[in-house]
Amino acid sequence: MIAELGLAVLWMAAALAVLQLVAGALALRPQGAAMRGVVRPVAVMQGVLVALAFAALITLFITTDLSVKLVAENSHSAKPLIFKIAGTWGNHEGSMLLWVTIMSLAGAFVALVEKRLAENTLLATLAAQAFVSLGFYAFLLLSSNPFARLPQPAPEGAGLNPLLQDIGLAFHPPTLYVGYVGLSIAFSFAVGALITRDVGPAFARAMRPWVLGAWIFLTVGITAGSYWAYYTLGWGGWWFWDPVENASLMPWLAATALLHSVSVLAARNALRAWTVMLGVIAFSMSMVGTFLVRSGILTSVHAFAVDPARGSFILALLAIYIGGALLLFALRAGTVTEGARFAFVSREAALVFNNVMLCGILGIVLVGTLYPLLTEAFGVKVSVGPPYFNPVSAIFAFPMLVVMAVGPLLRWKDDRGGRVAPILAVPALVALAAGGAALAAGVRLLPTLGLALGAGLAVASLLPLRGRNLRRTPLPIWGMVVSHLGLAVAAMGMASESAFSIETLAALSPGETRQVGPYALTLDRIDPVAGPNWTALQATVSARYAGGEADTLTPQARVFANPPGTRTESALKTRWNGQLYVVLGEEAQDGRWQMRFWWKPFVPLIWLGGLLVGLGGFLALIGRVARDVKRLVAIDKIAFRRERQGR
Amino acid sequence: MSETVSPPAKKPGLALWLPLLLFGGFLALVVYGLVRPDNREVASTFIGKPIPAFSLPPASADRPGLSNAQFVGGKPRLLNIFASWCGPCAIESSQLAQLAKAGAEIDGVAIRDRKDDLARFLAANGNPFARIGQDDLSKVQIGIGSSGVPETFVVDAHGVIRHQHIGAIMPEDVPVILQKLKEAEQ
Amino acid sequence: MSAIKAKHQRLVLLVIALAALIGAGLLAAWALSKQASYFYVPSDLVAHPPEQGRAVRLGGMVQRGSIKTMPDGVTITFVVGDGKATVPVRYAGITPDLFVEGSGVVAEGRMEGTTFVADNLLAKHDEKYVPREMKDMTQAQAKAVVAETK
Repeated sequence: MIAELGLAVLWMAAALAVLQLVAGALALRPQGAAMRGVVRPVAVMQGVLVALAFAALITLFITTDLSVKLVAENSHSAKPLIFKIAGTWGNHEGSMLLWVTIMSLAGAFVALVEKRLAENTLLATLAAQAFVSLGFYAFLLLSSNPFARLPQPAPEGAGLNPLLQDIGLAFHPPTLYVGYVGLSIAFSFAVGALITRDVGPAFARAMRPWVLGAWIFLTVGITAGSYWAYYTLGWGGWWFWDPVENASLMPWLAATALLHSVSVLAARNALRAWTVMLGVIAFSMSMVGTFLVRSGILTSVHAFAVDPARGSFILALLAIYIGGALLLFALRAGTVTEGARFAFVSREAALVFNNVMLCGILGIVLVGTLYPLLTEAFGVKVSVGPPYFNPVSAIFAFPMLVVMAVGPLLRWKDDRGGRVAPILAVPALVALAAGGAALAAGVRLLPTLGLALGAGLAVASLLPLRGRNLRRTPLPIWGMVVSHLGLAVAAMGMASESAFSIETLAALSPGETRQVGPYALTLDRIDPVAGPNWTALQATVSARYAGGEADTLTPQARVFANPPGTRTESALKTRWNGQLYVVLGEEAQDGRWQMRFWWKPFVPLIWLGGLLVGLGGFLALIGRVARDVKRLVAIDKIAFRRERQGR
Repeated sequence: MSETVSPPAKKPGLALWLPLLLFGGFLALVVYGLVRPDNREVASTFIGKPIPAFSLPPASADRPGLSNAQFVGGKPRLLNIFASWCGPCAIESSQLAQLAKAGAEIDGVAIRDRKDDLARFLAANGNPFARIGQDDLSKVQIGIGSSGVPETFVVDAHGVIRHQHIGAIMPEDVPVILQKLKEAEQ
Repeated sequence: MSAIKAKHQRLVLLVIALAALIGAGLLAAWALSKQASYFYVPSDLVAHPPEQGRAVRLGGMVQRGSIKTMPDGVTITFVVGDGKATVPVRYAGITPDLFVEGSGVVAEGRMEGTTFVADNLLAKHDEKYVPREMKDMTQAQAKAVVAETK
């Protein structure tokens, strides 16, 4: 019953999306004025219905209704509740429903609260949002119905795979999803603005919180994903330039560029066409990433269900939406009037520079990700890895770090380099000192530059606060400072990991000790241990930092029975100045055991920095939203007063 | 710098088409990627070829093991690749029973399975198999060009693979497979 | 400064952006031609060996009886073949779970002399991960299995 209800509600929501599109399109014509009042309520209703459908699916998973195919294939009555709920979106159909739900709820929210934008632009935006949603409704209802029933109920669900019952796996994908889909609102705003040719500060201010919100989720999602890969894969690396990782990085790069150009547009009414284009590109990258991952066109270390037919469907959607939006851009952007001008040395120019650098990195990543596919068209098989991505993206990233240090100190519109030079003397000296010390220690070129620029930027990122009353400093300024500081911290962590990591591979007998960096590591013993659904060999390793007290680490090599599989559980010991990472391998000959040790100085800074970047975004978002709410309240008051006076 | 009358308005106009152009290139590339034959893990290149030689020990106490020689002679048979740890395998069990009832002879290959798990699975889901071979190294699975479990092959009386069904057999697939079995008789 | 304040700022911006993006494209193309690692099967590797030290991938079957562990306990040597040619491989590290004799493997590494020195081994990890090249491999491999057991 609930399944049928969910499906019915989903169809109704799709019908409302059609209505929203048609009414929105008609309302833009002079003779369609009657339709104007329809669009907003329809958008809200659509959001409510989809949320109901999603709630229905969650209910089916919680009650483990085994007559529903999706539940039977992906859940199990013995699963803990939290994983039953997470199972809702842990599969293709459910995740597409989550996608549509976020999309429609975001549309509903815009329809409810957006008051600044010219009404026509808003109508065009909601129509565009409905148009994009429709494609995904079609996908869901025609080829991936989550509510399909089995001819007879399954006796028990199939999804009790303990490997997938991981809290990180349960919440990491939806976090990224919120980010991907949140960008759809920016996309619709951009399309709406192109239709009405109304690109200006009001448009930018309406779009900014959405970009900011989506960007925060992407930042946190990517950071968490990187840490998850680091500690579960047992390979000691934190970023593999795998297609799945690249698929999440590309929208982030585009959204970061968009976030900054939107700020220029809001503050200075410049970069109009550019901002619109980035709005289109950011969500396009979300869809491209999802397509690349789902279609199985690129293989990856991460597991994903692959289905060429579904791939074709998503590809058709890509062609329609991205192609359509870019066509509209090509036709209309020339007629969007040029924005305000600025000088070579100005904050705008710095932001433009970094926008171009971000797009450069985006291009590098996209080309590198697709290159194996391209060469295969000519019959040559290649794989592209860190030797390409690291140095080539660094060529763009390093100048960007420099300009990031300078940009926030520059004035809008026009400034003199001579004015900011003395302010920047301190960070420049810090950078030189850090770089010099690294070179003296024999660090290679790229990590040296990373350390120097990271250290310099860390200092420089705080400079916008100088001379300010910290209590009165607006939250968006704090947000910028914290985010930029976070990036500097992350850059230092990355450079340090690459420069100072010590890796040792050894075959040890119990009782034997090996020195790894500052740590003396003793393999005490190997024991068999057992968990609820696995057995494991567990090594007990005593780790003494610089001759101090011993810490005990217990890495395991686990063997799962049902389904069969093996997994290494690495053991980590985090200190303020780095992390020890221990992996147990196989038994070598003569009673020795293969062990792999890493000492990674300052590696946690990578994820700490990532979280700071996200926190900065969060502060900025709070600041912006608080200001918007104040404005809304003020507008309401004025309207109320006018009404009273009118009487 | 005071060119007041110049035609640059036209130039950016052309450049605005650039993103669309790049996207067109991307589309062409991925369309190629989608239609590229080797991306379809689907059709095994083994259709029309004899099944590889193999000989597997019995996986279950009450059924004999399986070797390629048993497919030669007699009538066309189904070869079902499955495992007790695979969820969809349980879902297709009633369809397999239906096929067996319709006269199809089914042999099974249990992939990386344990005897007691398998016995429990067969007790719960029924045992439509004439023979079950135990394949701990996925040797037959790889040899026959199957990429996952469950998969079902129609093998004719000469031991030649005639049809491959990937994934669980759903009710609507049953007539298709019966039809393929019939075709394999010729 | 006044030059930029002049009329055609949009054009200037556009030219800069285009130049940067084209530069990025050229850079990417150049770096990819240098850095992409090519996939070889043993017979290709023997017939047209890559330059010494260049990063490549080698895919094939681990020959039976060829895996040997060196006295240090962590370095192994084995032979990868495709039915036509064989290549000796050396690898120091923890082997992937499903790395066994007779199974398929893709090794990332480089030629040193006539030995392939692997930095990384990708074996078929249950159903989760099949390197793209392995999809073809399983067919070559299957042929080898057929040939072996006939």
